[in-house]
Amino acid sequence: MRDIAFGQFYPGHSLLHKLDPRAKIILLVAFIVLVFCTANYAALAVVVASVIGVILLSKVPLRLYFKSLKMIIFIVLITSALNLFYGTGEPLWEFWVFKITLAGINNAVFVGARIISLILISSALTFTTSPNDLTDALERLMKPLNVFHVKVHEIAMMMTIALRFVPLLLEETDKIMSAQKSRGADMESGSLIQRIKALIPVLIPLFVSAFRRAYELAVAMECRCYQGGEGRTRMKSLKLSYRDYVSSAVVVVLIVGVVLCNVLLPHTVR
Amino acid sequence: MSAIKVENLSCVYGAKTPFEQHAVKKVSFEINKGDFVGLIGHTGSGKSTLVQMLNGLIKPTTGKVYVDSVDLWAKPKEIRKFRFKVGLVFQYPEYQLFEETVYKDIAFGPTNMGLSQSEIKERVIHAANFVGLKDELLNKSPFDLSGGEKRRAAIAGVIAMDPQVLILDEPTAGLDPVGRNVLLSQISQYQKAKNNTVILVSHSMEDVARVTNKVMVMNKGNLAMFDDTAAVFARSDELSKMGLRVPQITRVIEALREKGIDLPSGVLTVDKAVMEITELLKKEGKL
Repeated sequence: MRDIAFGQFYPGHSLLHKLDPRAKIILLVAFIVLVFCTANYAALAVVVASVIGVILLSKVPLRLYFKSLKMIIFIVLITSALNLFYGTGEPLWEFWVFKITLAGINNAVFVGARIISLILISSALTFTTSPNDLTDALERLMKPLNVFHVKVHEIAMMMTIALRFVPLLLEETDKIMSAQKSRGADMESGSLIQRIKALIPVLIPLFVSAFRRAYELAVAMECRCYQGGEGRTRMKSLKLSYRDYVSSAVVVVLIVGVVLCNVLLPHTVR
Repeated sequence: MSAIKVENLSCVYGAKTPFEQHAVKKVSFEINKGDFVGLIGHTGSGKSTLVQMLNGLIKPTTGKVYVDSVDLWAKPKEIRKFRFKVGLVFQYPEYQLFEETVYKDIAFGPTNMGLSQSEIKERVIHAANFVGLKDELLNKSPFDLSGGEKRRAAIAGVIAMDPQVLILDEPTAGLDPVGRNVLLSQISQYQKAKNNTVILVSHSMEDVARVTNKVMVMNKGNLAMFDDTAAVFARSDELSKMGLRVPQITRVIEALREKGIDLPSGVLTVDKAVMEITELLKKEGKL
């Protein structure tokens, strides 16, 4: 139950941990666009090298990165395999309707490398940023939407609460499962239908307690006169520091590098 | 004959991560049939982990658990059998109720055992009786009961499996004083009537002193003491070093003894204290 690596915060004091979460989110978005702008191997190499650099800078155990990759490795393999057969040009190898071309191989490599870079770089963000910082940053970044009467603060609050409840509910599930197991509930064997049925004794108490918790939280918030975003100040206000400017500069250099590679060297894909 | 025997039992959480934690460290003990054992210890001392290893919910990292001289983990596929032999009532068990009626909820365990309908009925009624649930409540939804009644229904759900060893994790937590006393005496009566083994995990020294005949003390994952109740509560200095204390009345009597008043040591309940003091006053002719 607790082995979900993707999106888990890993506390630490690395440079990446200390960056402003707003800067991290913006840089991540820029980087993701960059990943998909790579048109030849030189550009791809720049991107892959910088992903490796970010991973090393985060000082998060590599084991965790592998764990988050493990969940999507099938998607990567399937999309790569599909791309392998969708190349145009001279076939290198042919069998029935399948033919592999040099372009196909290039496509497969690019798609694989891009998805893996994507996952690794987003994992680096979630590993080094606490969920609270993340929602704080999102709230600040979405603030301009207030003009369109989007309730940015409320959305961010809901996200924070939802994130806070995930570990609580996991713990609760564990507890209820143990309790039902000690009354002889069998959750490890039987047919699919039997297994789904065996979940009822877990799901009903879980729902009941989730509603109870939500209700209690609402009452507790009202008791403290919580009334939404209007006129609220923050205990920790986010501030950009020299680190954020330096890392932004580095990303700009990367963008320039990739663009130069794309312009100066022939394109291998599309 | 020993009901439960434990040898060199250890449990490590999150091995090889920065969060590695030794919850239980090389614990060995033997509990005889018919014993009423209190299990006390500071929060985080490994009590809950220990009791969950006794019915096979947590697999020990090292060491063995024997129930009725049979190794619990000899056949991991048959672990469910032992959950019927060692009944575990969790903390706040009322949150595990789920069926449409109280009857069906109490019947969940016996049904999982594969008993016949008539036998299930007999057990449910028997178990409801033991915890003092009125018959008319059996057809109600468990979510319509009061807090205390829910607690009783949940405990009945485990008693209905007729386990040889009954483990209760803080069964009186969050109950009012009357509900506490009633529940505790019902558990005590259950233990006497069946002559079963009962393990009571509790933070209330008064509760433990009142009903148990033996006490186990856990401290930082180690089994610090395991002795007769009176003998354990005689070591009040050691207990307070572990963040525990002896029952209030025991402290009062000890303080009186230090003042030179001729009372016996090892008084654990208020009833006993009243008896001893009246006797003393009578002897001195003041009553």
